[in-house]
Amino acid sequence: MKKDSEKQSGIYIHIPFCVRKCLYCDFLSGPANEREQARYVEALCREISMESRCYSKYRVQTIYMGGGTPSLLPGEWTERIMETVRRHYNVGGACEISMEVNPGTLTRERLSSWRRAGINRLSIGLQSAVNGELKALGRIHTLEDFLDGYRQIAEAGFENVNVDLMSAIPGQSLRSWRETLERVLSLRPRPAHISAYSLILEEGTPFYENRPQLPDEDTDREMYKITNDILSAAGYRRYEISNYALPGRECRHNIDCWRRKNYAGFGVGAASLVENARFRNISDRGAYESFFLDSVGTDTTPTAGAFGIAEQIREEKRVLSKEEQMEEFMFLGLRMREGVCAEEFERCFGVSLDQVYPGIVEDFCRKGLLQRTGRTKEWISLTDYGIDVSNVVMARFLLT
Amino acid sequence: MEGIDQSRIRNFCIVAHIDHGKSTLADRIIEKTGLLTSREMQDQVLDNMELERERGITIKAQSVRTVYKARNGQEYVFNLIDTPGHVDFNYEVSRSLAACDGAILVVDAAQGIEAQTLANVYLALDHDLEVFPVINKIDLPGAEPERVKNEIEDVIGIEAQDAPLISAKNGIGIEEVLEAIVEKIPAPGGNVQNPLKALIFDSLYDSYKGVIVFCRIMEGRVAKGTNILMMATGARADVVEVGYFGAGQFIPCQELTAGMVGYITASIKNVKDTAVGDTVTDADNPCDEPLPGYKKVNSMVYCGIYPADGARYPDLRDALEKLQLNDASLRYEPETSMALGFGFRCGFLGLLHLEIIQERLEREYNLDLVTTAPGVIYRVHRTDGEMIELTNPSNLPDPSQIDFMEEPVVSAEIMVTTEFIGSIMELCQQRRGRYLGMEYIEGTRALLRYELPLNEIIYDFFDALKSRSRGYASFDYELKGYETSELVKLDILINKEEVDALSFIVHKDSAYERGRRMCEKLKEEIPRHLFEIPIQAAVGGKIIARETVKAMRKDVLAKCYGGDITRKKKLLEKQKEGKKRMRQIGSVEIPQKAFMSVLKLDDD
Repeated sequence: MKKDSEKQSGIYIHIPFCVRKCLYCDFLSGPANEREQARYVEALCREISMESRCYSKYRVQTIYMGGGTPSLLPGEWTERIMETVRRHYNVGGACEISMEVNPGTLTRERLSSWRRAGINRLSIGLQSAVNGELKALGRIHTLEDFLDGYRQIAEAGFENVNVDLMSAIPGQSLRSWRETLERVLSLRPRPAHISAYSLILEEGTPFYENRPQLPDEDTDREMYKITNDILSAAGYRRYEISNYALPGRECRHNIDCWRRKNYAGFGVGAASLVENARFRNISDRGAYESFFLDSVGTDTTPTAGAFGIAEQIREEKRVLSKEEQMEEFMFLGLRMREGVCAEEFERCFGVSLDQVYPGIVEDFCRKGLLQRTGRTKEWISLTDYGIDVSNVVMARFLLT
Repeated sequence: MEGIDQSRIRNFCIVAHIDHGKSTLADRIIEKTGLLTSREMQDQVLDNMELERERGITIKAQSVRTVYKARNGQEYVFNLIDTPGHVDFNYEVSRSLAACDGAILVVDAAQGIEAQTLANVYLALDHDLEVFPVINKIDLPGAEPERVKNEIEDVIGIEAQDAPLISAKNGIGIEEVLEAIVEKIPAPGGNVQNPLKALIFDSLYDSYKGVIVFCRIMEGRVAKGTNILMMATGARADVVEVGYFGAGQFIPCQELTAGMVGYITASIKNVKDTAVGDTVTDADNPCDEPLPGYKKVNSMVYCGIYPADGARYPDLRDALEKLQLNDASLRYEPETSMALGFGFRCGFLGLLHLEIIQERLEREYNLDLVTTAPGVIYRVHRTDGEMIELTNPSNLPDPSQIDFMEEPVVSAEIMVTTEFIGSIMELCQQRRGRYLGMEYIEGTRALLRYELPLNEIIYDFFDALKSRSRGYASFDYELKGYETSELVKLDILINKEEVDALSFIVHKDSAYERGRRMCEKLKEEIPRHLFEIPIQAAVGGKIIARETVKAMRKDVLAKCYGGDITRKKKLLEKQKEGKKRMRQIGSVEIPQKAFMSVLKLDDD
């Protein structure tokens, strides 16, 4: 497929399977046997190839395979999914291709498949370096499993690796959190990227129904603060509320999401943003599979609309108004440490930021929640304190 | 109704404790007298306001006329006059009773006599009504008709052995009730030849007919063209139409004569001109003196009502104006609050009346309201000898100008099973009650009599009573008068700023406790801000209690990726929406319901 690509897009691929659901997890995921997984991968590949007609003019900049636990799939299936993508899309040579992996699922066979599939960035979920805490979260692995896996990953030649950590989890203390951070910093090679979230109790999870004892709000903030202190001292830069990276190793796929670049989501429940149309796939796996495997005839050629070709299985469909685009520009952009650029805002929307949000930036600057930086003070970003209470700021940038 | 012999008219009402089945019995009487087919019957024909239906109580007295063919072959006209069932409307009850010649006393076969039953029966006996009892709900398990009969005889002293045993709900024994009405309730007196003398027992505003006056003709006659005079208010008008009450409709007739119950319309614009209890006479041929018992109804409870959205002040004014057309006991006047902006100080007969009006404003006029804590009317005697009736705590003069203050006191009767006497007495003690006495009723129950300051019972007294007696206590009261009391104004400061809408008057001895609880309550209600917010209670500038709303430390979405942008935005929208329901006081945003906090300072 060779075409002059001017437009760009990312691709997100959802794998809704895991060994066992963690107690805090509200993602669309659950255990399934190999036959079920095979059926899903089949439907997924059909979707990927079918939707490609909508993206013939796009160059793919990033691919992100998330879950669930994508690393659970047999290696050759992962290869097949990636082959399908490459066959139907214009995947750039420098494309960032990430995959989420669980330390409990690593095998030599899988690792070499992933290399062959062109995956060049792995995001490994450790969450905590304290085994008691891992157990309390319902994780399937131990610290030792992780260390072993991390070594295998490095040996397999993956050098762009993220480690996911969680603060404010049951049983955690400031000291044990510091221990987790230091354990991760002692890894060799050092991880390029560290995501450090504080636990959110999401509706519908066992934790939400049966609330565990958690560190209090003050401890939670203290944990965020030492995270920043320790990781900054080690050379990592906080480039988003909960994300740290060595210079140049930021996750491009996620940055594109916060900058409102296009991304096409494939798989059950996957969300997309394509030319200011937001939509997501149906979240019922059975319905998703039967649409692509049973009801779509090979010879039908439905026309593509704003919500892609398989519009029937798309939900929450919305073409964003200019106001909604502005709102997103602000609350997503402000997640980034560098913030939003007022000049960029004006280029995008043809109206100045101050006109749309009169006095709001100045008000928050006075309160110490926002700051202006850059040569002409064109960048607006959250201060450290502003990050802690960022919802207050972001809510003010909603227009309706 | 022309040609009906005065001796075949029966004017009566039903008195009962709430829930003992008054409205259901009324429905059955209407049904059995054949005025409506079963299909036309709505559940409870008399309660035709939506709100009444939901609350299961009758707010405005209404009436219905039905025709009954008795076993003796004669047709009788029944005028059933409905009475409101709540202590807030005691005066309206008394006027409705005055329009009757007899009353049916409904008593629950399981629960027996309650405080409200007693209060209403005594009121009926005071009006010289012939009262006969019926025992309701006899088909329910737990029914003890014999015990209840004895109780009626012992406690009230009226004959009850041949009381009809009925189930209004299931239509058992209704015939007997109808026959008893014919036999036991006397026919009305009065002479058609005398000058007109009619008692107003209710009125209603109708946008086509103007005020519709509900009245009982005591003497004389009234017809279209009669020039009537309302003797207390002095209003005059020419009668446009007279008639009687069908079920839910007005049926015009030629004239109303002595003994009849019906309505008059006369292009009267305002219900204020047709006060309940006033006497209607013929201006050209007036009677010598009005009927006894008229009294101007006074508001007992006041509160501030403000539109949540200041721009809707004119809508609130219009809505109050319209409600007042139908409710002469509703008072209102404009006032301004530093905290809440423009609104109204409104006067009500009681807390239930207040709640009803508030709900009607919100429901029928689609208004979002902020209501301040209700208070009573205090009498402030100033050192210069002047006396002010204080309805808004903010208007309390400087203490140096106050000689002394008085507060309204009620006589209350509480009926309770003996096991709860201790805890009820303790409650009354806490509420500054003065014990007057206690009577035992057939061993297991007692009637407690107390004098209580009105401001101690208007908020949550009834709830406290219920929770301390597992729902068994019943309660009735009437205003006794004013008494000197050591009262102070409790001010609330939020972030060091006094919030006028949160001030209230309280007895000196309760000030500390109330202030402390108020601060605790507000601490729960006020969300965390970016800064610390002190909440203080003060009396005369002296801080007596303090709580602190800690500064917000964390309000952040740790995670937000491509998959959940829509959902995360919804969370932010919810947060923004919540802010809209806040009132900005200085730099603090206070949720509107916080202004009602004082209502929820229950002690259990």
